[in-house]
Amino acid sequence: MNSALVFLAAEGEKENPLIPPWPEVVIGLIAFVIVFGFLAKKLLPTINKVLEERREAIEGGIEKAEAAQTEAQSVLEQYKAQLAEARHEAARLRQEAQEQGAALIAEMRAEGQRQREEIVAAGHAQIEADRKAAASALRQDVGKLATDLAGKLVGESLEDHARQSRVIDRFLDELDQKAEAAR
Amino acid sequence: MSADPTQVLAFETDCHLFDGCGFPAPGLHSFLFEPLWGDADGNGLYFNKPMLLALLGSIIIVGFFWAAFARPKIVPGKLQMIAEAGYDFVRRGIVYETIGKKEGEKYVPLAVALFFFIWMMNLWSIIPVAQFPVTSIIAYPMILALIVYITWVALTFKRHGFVGFFKNVTGYDKTLGPVLPLSMTIEFFSNLLVRPFTHAVRLFANMFAGHTLLLLFTIAAWYMLNGIGIAYSGVSFVMVIIMTAFELFIQAVQAYVFVLLTCSYIQGALAEHH
Repeated sequence: MNSALVFLAAEGEKENPLIPPWPEVVIGLIAFVIVFGFLAKKLLPTINKVLEERREAIEGGIEKAEAAQTEAQSVLEQYKAQLAEARHEAARLRQEAQEQGAALIAEMRAEGQRQREEIVAAGHAQIEADRKAAASALRQDVGKLATDLAGKLVGESLEDHARQSRVIDRFLDELDQKAEAAR
Repeated sequence: MSADPTQVLAFETDCHLFDGCGFPAPGLHSFLFEPLWGDADGNGLYFNKPMLLALLGSIIIVGFFWAAFARPKIVPGKLQMIAEAGYDFVRRGIVYETIGKKEGEKYVPLAVALFFFIWMMNLWSIIPVAQFPVTSIIAYPMILALIVYITWVALTFKRHGFVGFFKNVTGYDKTLGPVLPLSMTIEFFSNLLVRPFTHAVRLFANMFAGHTLLLLFTIAAWYMLNGIGIAYSGVSFVMVIIMTAFELFIQAVQAYVFVLLTCSYIQGALAEHH
């Protein structure tokens, strides 16, 4: 420690750490100028250009992505609109079909009703005709029978009551026989 | 027994505790180097270890940035990414923050060069074999502070003219009234004379002290390596490791502070006087 102080005293100002020796100043300047020169003239402009390019590339990419997104959005909306329209159309068609079906059923029912009525009317007419025919035939038969009976009654002369009743019985028997024969 | 002024390595001596020799404390002699070439006494040309480290350091920085930036790619590789991070830190973190983007762009190269140059010079402190911070020799911080000072003075003149220059450096402000002459005198000395000195010495003293501390614990670890002293030697060695980590931090901080002050001075020169 002491020796250092002695040395300091001996060397005087030369040892003062705040007094720079000029060769070191020159070397320091040269060293810094080398660094500054390379960085300022060559390397930083180069990297700045690339950084700028990268920024542009990123911004371009972002713009592209935004455009794509907008397009996708519009397409999606278009699809949604189309889908809604299609649904609407389908509903409309279903409604229409239902209405048509209902109309068809009603029509068919009306037709069936009409046919039934026709058939019933025809049946009625047939029955009426048959009845009339039967009635007229019956009337003829009854008339003939009445005439026959009257003739027989008149022909036998109405002598006595007993005879009279025999004639009637015979007539009725004949009728029965006729019916038997017809069977 | 007497410390050789040019002795820089603690291990050049076999002196230990209890061997009857004193503690070879680090001092100013630790910052003096026997020239590798030439003669220092004749005030003539010479070349020593700090000079070698300074030139080697600048070559390393240029080499690093050349490898990273000479053929840059839009999609960066690992090296380019690291260099870009450093570049961006100085550009955005220091220059844009203090001067602003528009005016500051011009001073980005100066700030980047200063930051990485100083950092490299500081880093030599803990790089094996070199183990000496070049910035602990006043010549190096001084020339850097001088470059900043000249830039600042020239810029202030250019921006404000002759009268404007004095108004700027003396902080001329009419509203101060009778205090104005005193304030102007103080400001004049503070800005024009003291500032470049403190700018350089702040860096120099930090590195000087840091290196001295490292030396102290390193030498102590070696010196006490004898008898009971071994226990203390271990403690001292742990301190060496802790101080090395601390120095790593201080080196970056000092480079940052130097550049931050540079930018703040330039900002002051660009500012309109009120």
